[in-house]
Amino acid sequence: MITALGFASVYIARQEQVSTESLSYAGFFVSLYLVAHLVARVAAPYADPYLLPIAALLTAIGLTQIYRLNPDDAFRQALWVVVGVSLFSATLLVLRRDYRVLENYRYLFGLAAIALLALPALPVVGRTVRGARLWVEVGPLQFQPGEFAKLALIVFLAGYLREKREVLAQGRLKDYGPLLIIWGAAMLVLVQTNDLGSALLYFGLFLGMVYVATARLWPVAVGLALFVAGSAAVYQAVPRVAARVSIWLDPWSDVHGNAYQVVRSLYSIANGGFGGTGLGRGTFTSPDGGPLIPDLNTDFIYSAIAQELGLVGAAALVLVYMLFVLRGFRIALLAGDGFSKLLAAGLTFTFALQTFIILGGILRVIPLTGITLPFVSYGGSSVVANFVLLAGLMLVSNRANALRARR
Amino acid sequence: MNGPITRLAVTAVVLLGALIVGTTYWQVWAAPALADRQDNAIERVAEFTVKRGRIVTRDGTVLAVNNRRRVSGKTFYFRDYPQRDLASHLVGYSTQGRARAGLERSLNDYLTGANSNLGTVLATTLDRLRGATIEGNDLVVTLHPHAQRTALAALGSRCGSIVVLEPGTGRVLVLASTPTYDANRVEDDYEAIRRIRGQCQGASALLNRATAGLYAPGSTFKVVTGAAALDTPRYSLASTFYDPGFCTQYGRRVSNYDTSRPFGRVNFVQAMQYSINSVFCNLGKDLGGVRLLRKAREFGFYDLPPLETPADERAASGLYRNGRPFFPENDSQVDAGRLAFGQERLLLTPLQLAMVTAGVANGGVVMEPQSVERVVSPDGKRIAKLKPRRLERAMDRGTARSLTIAMRAVVASGTGTAAQIPGVSVAGKTGTAETGRAGVNTTSFVAFAPVERPRVAIAVVLEAQRGTGGTTAAPLAKTVMQALLRGGRTS
Repeated sequence: MITALGFASVYIARQEQVSTESLSYAGFFVSLYLVAHLVARVAAPYADPYLLPIAALLTAIGLTQIYRLNPDDAFRQALWVVVGVSLFSATLLVLRRDYRVLENYRYLFGLAAIALLALPALPVVGRTVRGARLWVEVGPLQFQPGEFAKLALIVFLAGYLREKREVLAQGRLKDYGPLLIIWGAAMLVLVQTNDLGSALLYFGLFLGMVYVATARLWPVAVGLALFVAGSAAVYQAVPRVAARVSIWLDPWSDVHGNAYQVVRSLYSIANGGFGGTGLGRGTFTSPDGGPLIPDLNTDFIYSAIAQELGLVGAAALVLVYMLFVLRGFRIALLAGDGFSKLLAAGLTFTFALQTFIILGGILRVIPLTGITLPFVSYGGSSVVANFVLLAGLMLVSNRANALRARR
Repeated sequence: MNGPITRLAVTAVVLLGALIVGTTYWQVWAAPALADRQDNAIERVAEFTVKRGRIVTRDGTVLAVNNRRRVSGKTFYFRDYPQRDLASHLVGYSTQGRARAGLERSLNDYLTGANSNLGTVLATTLDRLRGATIEGNDLVVTLHPHAQRTALAALGSRCGSIVVLEPGTGRVLVLASTPTYDANRVEDDYEAIRRIRGQCQGASALLNRATAGLYAPGSTFKVVTGAAALDTPRYSLASTFYDPGFCTQYGRRVSNYDTSRPFGRVNFVQAMQYSINSVFCNLGKDLGGVRLLRKAREFGFYDLPPLETPADERAASGLYRNGRPFFPENDSQVDAGRLAFGQERLLLTPLQLAMVTAGVANGGVVMEPQSVERVVSPDGKRIAKLKPRRLERAMDRGTARSLTIAMRAVVASGTGTAAQIPGVSVAGKTGTAETGRAGVNTTSFVAFAPVERPRVAIAVVLEAQRGTGGTTAAPLAKTVMQALLRGGRTS
């Protein structure tokens, strides 16, 4: 429904009429949602009823905004959404009996995470996009394996932490060995590929899950201390990081240089004001046709949304994310076993943290690191991975609710 | 495990909540300041989708108009300046690359319909909701295009400025600054414009010399000294002075401009008529520097002269020290003798000089200079209208009358005879300030006419002249005043 209205609005703004194209997008989207819904009814009938609609809403907002910015990209994104929904359905169907079999393969997942992360660094298939080597190219297909590595890592952590939580809570360094090895390897790969946003995400995810597993604050404190020390070292050693920080502290000192994108994006947000300019009526291109803000579709999509929908729309969007996160944590609370709890909490916290890292970067709450906005940003791997994440949450929720219903 | 999960959930919610706070900060709290920034490309482009108001003169001459262009489905309104270089310093420009200047900058809110006037707010909100193009308000300026053109032509290739005010209302009739530039070329040829220097070594064409050019006034400042003196009971037109050809200040001789012969015994009118430095030097010493500058402040010195143009395109007149206006605390900090005839690091804008003259012409009351006659909404309603505003009474009515008599003598048979207009009585004062380079002066001339019922008050300032104010600047004042007075009605 929202998509239909959104597309119509963009279309009206663009061409002063509603065309069949906008309606076909809407029709396509609604039928896709129905498919996903039916699969969920069959495979996970007890799953939290809010998650799928929220994800659909976010995807719709993203698709609409991408369509408004670049209709060709929207088409590609729509194809990726199809892939995402297919994988979502496949995940649900395959694991509908008991997803907890995943726990048995936890080390495999840990290794897979590292392998996936390291994939872009390989010579033939890897590709560098603006200083960060995150992409893998196989024939016509490009994707960011890092998005899936994230999920694999969560599965590994959930399994490993469930098994070792009692020992870990005692705080012997020895027990942290495998954990630190996998985590260290992930960090190494990330630093090597220059993906600071993901590094931050993994770090937060790691600390969050360790905290949930051990219920001890000291690993978090130690982790944060290490983080501060590490950041200081990286700040000294890597000019790219130092530049990011100085942009964050004072973007206006370098408006036409490094801070150009950040400042433009802030101007875009400020331009929206309270009510926004209206969908399709925002200003993103200069009169000679050039883009005013680079990467508007992907990392900076929030600046576009904030300009066109204003504070009302942007705040609503963040609230939708908040709702999703709250539902996710609720699932973690209701889940019956440790693995499920850790899995749900990990997935949800990653989702929240990723949202915070990119939006906080745009809003100058923290230094900016490029990373996608879940479900909304243009980017195939991200959308697909998030649909899998959604499937994971729904599986946990389905099991928990089913058990409670039986009791 | 539920305890940690709950705490983690709270952490996540706090983090996300921070995003809402952040968004609110940028969209509500910081937005106005960001919108005003000149490097805000989004705002700049967005404003080009507003159908900007026109800028016209009272007789309908169009100074700024829109040039509609459609680019990739969006309509943009760019600026055209049909009169090219006629009023570039007042009107300014509105471009993508160089942002804005002049009224285009300072009255941008009116021109884009962003002013807080109730009717305008209603109209633009409705337009925005309907998705219609927002239309700005038109500005009608007080400029007299014919006289403005005459002034620019009279200045020719010299660097300088001519300002004409209507004494009774403060309307700006002429605001000429040379070298000038074609506002249409700012977008593409900014660097070329910046390099235009004219015949002087001074600032570029972009500087509005009329409101921000600071010049040594020379003897035109004697009008202020005269006002200070005549406002005291000690002096009148009949006061007599002895001129030995020089005046002794701090044990050093300060000579008259014409050192060939001393004038001997003279009265106040003659001292003005022949611009006798020694007389004013002694007047200054008697009155003291602080009293002189206090009088100057009553004329508007030490404040940015009021006008609708952006504040950074105007400069305050006064005594300068280390590049800043400086008001002495006591008489020992200032050389009152030299100050009295316009030397001693005294710097004035041509606009301030015109305000002094208009004050004398208006019986002692200085009116605020204003250049916007009215603001008209797209549907023809008048949103704002010029209301003459009193800046300050700078001298007694009697003092103004006496000064008028003395200044009339200047034009009738003194240093300013070149400003005589047949059939019109003109009062004026010449000024010649040495620049430190031998034989090169900053010359000036102030005047108002007709004396019986002044309709124009003019200030002419020329840079790098070989002659005196009487020979270089006075003829220009005559030409421009004639252009204004010939039409009969000036306003």
